[in-house]
This record gives sequence, C-alpha cells and structure tokens, in this order.
Amino acid sequence: MGLEEYKGVFIFAQQVDNEVSSIALELLGKGRDLANDLDNKQVTAVLIGSDVKGLADTLAEYGADRVIVVDDPELKEYRTEPYAHALASVINEFKPEIMLVGATAIGRDLGPRVSARVHTGLTADCTQLDIGDFPLQPVEGQEQRHKQLLMTRPAFGGNTIATIACPDYRPQMATVRPGVMQKIEPKKGAKAEIIEYNPGFTPNDCYVTIDKVVKEVSSVANIQDAKILVSGGRGVGSPENFKILEDLAACFKGGMVSCSRAVVDSGWKPKDMQVGQTGKTVRPHVYFAIGISGAIQHAAGMEESDIIIAINKDENAPIFDIADYGIVGDLNKIVPELTKKIKAGA
Amino acid sequence: MKIVVCIKQVPDTKGGVKFKPDGTLDRGAMLAIMNPDDKAGLEAALRIKDEDPDNTEVTVVTMGLPKADDVLREALAMGADKGLLITDRVLGGADTWATSSTIAGALKNMEYDLIITGRQAIDGDTAQVGPQISEHLGIPVISYAEDIKLDRKANTVTVKRQFDDRYHMLTAKLPCLITALSELNEPRYMTPGGIFDAYNDEDRVTVWGRDKLDVADENIGKGGSPTVIAKASDKVAKGKGEVVTPGSPAEAVDYIFGKLTEKHVI
Repeated sequence: MGLEEYKGVFIFAQQVDNEVSSIALELLGKGRDLANDLDNKQVTAVLIGSDVKGLADTLAEYGADRVIVVDDPELKEYRTEPYAHALASVINEFKPEIMLVGATAIGRDLGPRVSARVHTGLTADCTQLDIGDFPLQPVEGQEQRHKQLLMTRPAFGGNTIATIACPDYRPQMATVRPGVMQKIEPKKGAKAEIIEYNPGFTPNDCYVTIDKVVKEVSSVANIQDAKILVSGGRGVGSPENFKILEDLAACFKGGMVSCSRAVVDSGWKPKDMQVGQTGKTVRPHVYFAIGISGAIQHAAGMEESDIIIAINKDENAPIFDIADYGIVGDLNKIVPELTKKIKAGA
Repeated sequence: MKIVVCIKQVPDTKGGVKFKPDGTLDRGAMLAIMNPDDKAGLEAALRIKDEDPDNTEVTVVTMGLPKADDVLREALAMGADKGLLITDRVLGGADTWATSSTIAGALKNMEYDLIITGRQAIDGDTAQVGPQISEHLGIPVISYAEDIKLDRKANTVTVKRQFDDRYHMLTAKLPCLITALSELNEPRYMTPGGIFDAYNDEDRVTVWGRDKLDVADENIGKGGSPTVIAKASDKVAKGKGEVVTPGSPAEAVDYIFGKLTEKHVI
C-alpha cells in the first residue's frame, strides 16, 4: 500500500430524507481542525443519496472545500450494500488519508462494511481525534511515524479509554460519536468544488428489499440511545409530575426520560426506564438528574455521561459529588421555567 | 435450515467493575458471561428452531481462550445443537478486522443459511465484527434486528429494524447475517437436562485451531490487525463539579441555560 498516495480528510456527509444530518456538520468541523495539522489541508465531504446535489452548499458553508456527490436512485433510502459500494468506491478512487463517519445507526452499519471492503482499520465511537506521532514516544528499533490520526475512544462501558492508531493502512478510518465535535460558524455563500461520481449500481444478492419504512419512535425506545436524558427520582413527587420532565426532554433532539430505581419500585415508571446498577448503564451527552439523591448504585449507571446537571433541594445529596453542575433548588419551579426558556431559545 | 450464532465471552460489568491496586481493570475478579446481545441472538435462533425442530440446526461459534468453552456449554444447555470453539495462540491480539476475518475463515468451512451475531459486545462496544464478517463472506447484513421472520419456502428472512426515527422492514435472501439487540427478546434459561447433556457430551463442542480456518496468515492475530493501541488507561474519576444555590428559580434557569449554551447543547 503506497501510504503517501492517500491525501486529505474525507467525511461521510450523512443525509436522511435529503436533509443533512447534524453529525455531518460536526465531522466537517473536526475535519477542518485535523486538516490544519496535515500537509494536505483539503476537507472533502462525501455526499451519498438520490437527488442530493442541492445539499452541497450547506456542506461548503460548514467547511467542505470539496464535495463528492454520488447520486443514484438506488441510494434513496439507506441500505447497507449500495451505500457501502458508493463509499468504498469513492475511497478507492480518491484515496483519502483520513475517512470519518458518524457513529450513528447508519454510520455504525456502514463503517464496518466499508472498512472490511477496502481493508483498513476502523476505530469505533471515537470521542477525541488528534494528529500526532505513533508511537507517542520514540521507541528504539521502531520507526516513529508523524502526523498520524490518533483516535481516542472509551471502552468497557466507559471504564477505560484507549487511543488507537492505524499506521500501516489507509485511509485511517473512525466513527465519531454524535454531539461531541463542534461545528464551525457557517460561512454564508461559501462554495465548494463539486465532483459528481457514480461507480454504477447493479443490484446483487447483497441488496436487501425495503418492504416498508415507517417513521415512528421505537416500540422498544432505549434510554441507552438517548443523547439527552432527563432522569427523575423520588423527589419528582408523583407519576403525574413526570410530565414536566417529559416536556423538558421534548426540547432536545434525541431527548428521553429515564428514572431511578426508587421510581420503578414505587410503580411510577416501567423497569426499562431505570438507570443504575440494577437497571441500564447510560452515557448520554447530557444527563439531568432531577430529584435524584444519587446513591452509588445510581451513579454506577450514569457517571460516564459527558455532562451531568443535578437539581435537588437537599444540598447534601450525593448526586452533587458527581454532577458537573449542581443546582440546589425546587425542581417544580426550575424545570418548567427551563423548558420555557429553551423553547423560546433566548 | 442451518443457523450459526456467533457469541463472545465477556467480563460481567453488572456487579460493578473491579480494579487492581495499580488502577488497571481486574478482569480475573469479574465473572465471565455470555455477551447480552449475543444471548438475544441465540434466543432468536432457538425460537426459529422451535418452529421446526427437526429441520433446524443451531450451531454456536466463539473465538477466544480455551475457557470460552463455558459460554458454548451454556448455549448448548439453552438448546443449541453444537458448539465450535476457535482458539489458537496465533489468533490473539486481534482487532475487529482480524477477528472478523478469522471468524469468517471458520464460517467458510461450515454450512450456514443464516448467521446471527449480537450487535456489540459490552467490553468493546464497537458493533463492527458482525457487519465485517458479512463483508468477508460476501453476504447481506441487517443490523439492529428487533424482529426476525424466516420464510423457509422462499428462502428469505424479513427483519424489522430500528434506525433512529424510523423502522425498516427489510427482506434479504439467505444466506444473510443479522445483528441482534438485547431488546429483541428475553432469553430462555438453561434446563437441568440441558445442562447435564451440555457438560456430559464432550463431543458436542468441536475445537478448531488456526489450521482449520480458511484465512490468510496476514489477516489474523495481532499482525493482521490494521489498528494498534497507542495508549490505554483507566478513566480517571472526575472531580466534583460546581454546586450553586441560586436565589430564585429564574436565576437557576439562567445558570443551567448558560451552561447548556457554553457546551453547545443548545
């Protein structure tokens, strides 16, 4: 493999129903960052879909220098095989040094299939990406490579952190957890170079048939998939009062309500909403602990959340020991007001 | 109908994660269990077998240390017919690429109509090995199955799967690989008779070393792994954050709103 042939940072610009997903813009932001530390500073978005060319300008405004558009009727709704064919063909044709994909449902299905096809490594669910040396420190008898992609990810339910490199294969490929990387301030009117590329799509046995697509939230909606969790404890007071938590959760895309064990034991909420050692382990981007005292068993299930915000009237509640931001106060007054303010957006 | 279920032995995190005095994970102190998503995949296979027991064979496959035999025995006690343990020193240190190549190398020497894997293992959380196996075998993959229906006559499988804000009903030709979620079902318990048979009949588990696998040397083990660990560390417990006692609800709201804005949540 001629490693030096591979140049530039590519991101998979996920779109659903011809709308650019937020993760695509986040990857562009991070891609821009990484490219600035590389010799080749070009950031390329790979846009795959049907009738999606119109989305290229958005990608340009968020930092894409170049957009490769793969447009074909076979790509209308996401399916593994034609999308994998599209992305793998782009990689083989354009040879990126780095290929970033969102760790979304689509990206976590697409990424592994593509990495296996182009024979390169894939690091899953990264929360940090840097350009640096591998090995990190010089090791005698081993060549130290510079300007490598260093991919950091939690493992073991967030109890360990590993930094991974892919020194001998290209592209260096990672899926990146949504909500972690920052978008750039969009540059209005920015234009990118557009390249239309179609590798040809001939259905084979790997093409599955879509019988039906139904838009609805899961019948088994899983609090572990939530980006934002608004979690209530016994302090919420009654099952009816969970309404104020639901209203707050509804303000966020990917927001869901969960609860503590006390709430399940009281019969207020079903067991599958329970966070903690005897419930589910969650690690959303933001975890609101509302009226939850935060016993160690509860903490075990949520302490890996990126940001923990706790509201509790008891200033000695143990939840304040693990919260990033703790507010001593009355949840009945604060939560509805917060919902109102977020909705108003000011 | 030949169904192969790929399972993994993982350390149990339920009873809390144990650390050694030097701060590294103490895997030895944690119980080893069958990975939950894989168990759901096995249950899905056993339900297909229940529909037509005489014409369905369920084989469980695992790759790991010799002690991974335990999870195969557990699967047999739940109702699987046969077990295959892939174990060999040269396979150690594999990343997802090399692991999937190795397991595919075993599957190439087996008969299968349907392969079921768990979505992801609780120790690695990558969700990569299942889709990568399907690619190495050149068969379709359907991830995140919530419901699986087999049409034996048409030789197809129809799967309901959740994808963010929508679900897909997908039909694939067999052979096909499906990744299962632990929400798919409630796995059955082992039966006493099943446990007895699983442990007494040594021959129900076959052991394959590297020589039985249809895979090139450059695609296995540490040497066949494109990714390399540069650094691993146990996560440092984070310190106490800030705690405020606002004078009014409005002040509290401003505080939270400010933090959410600062962190780009809103």
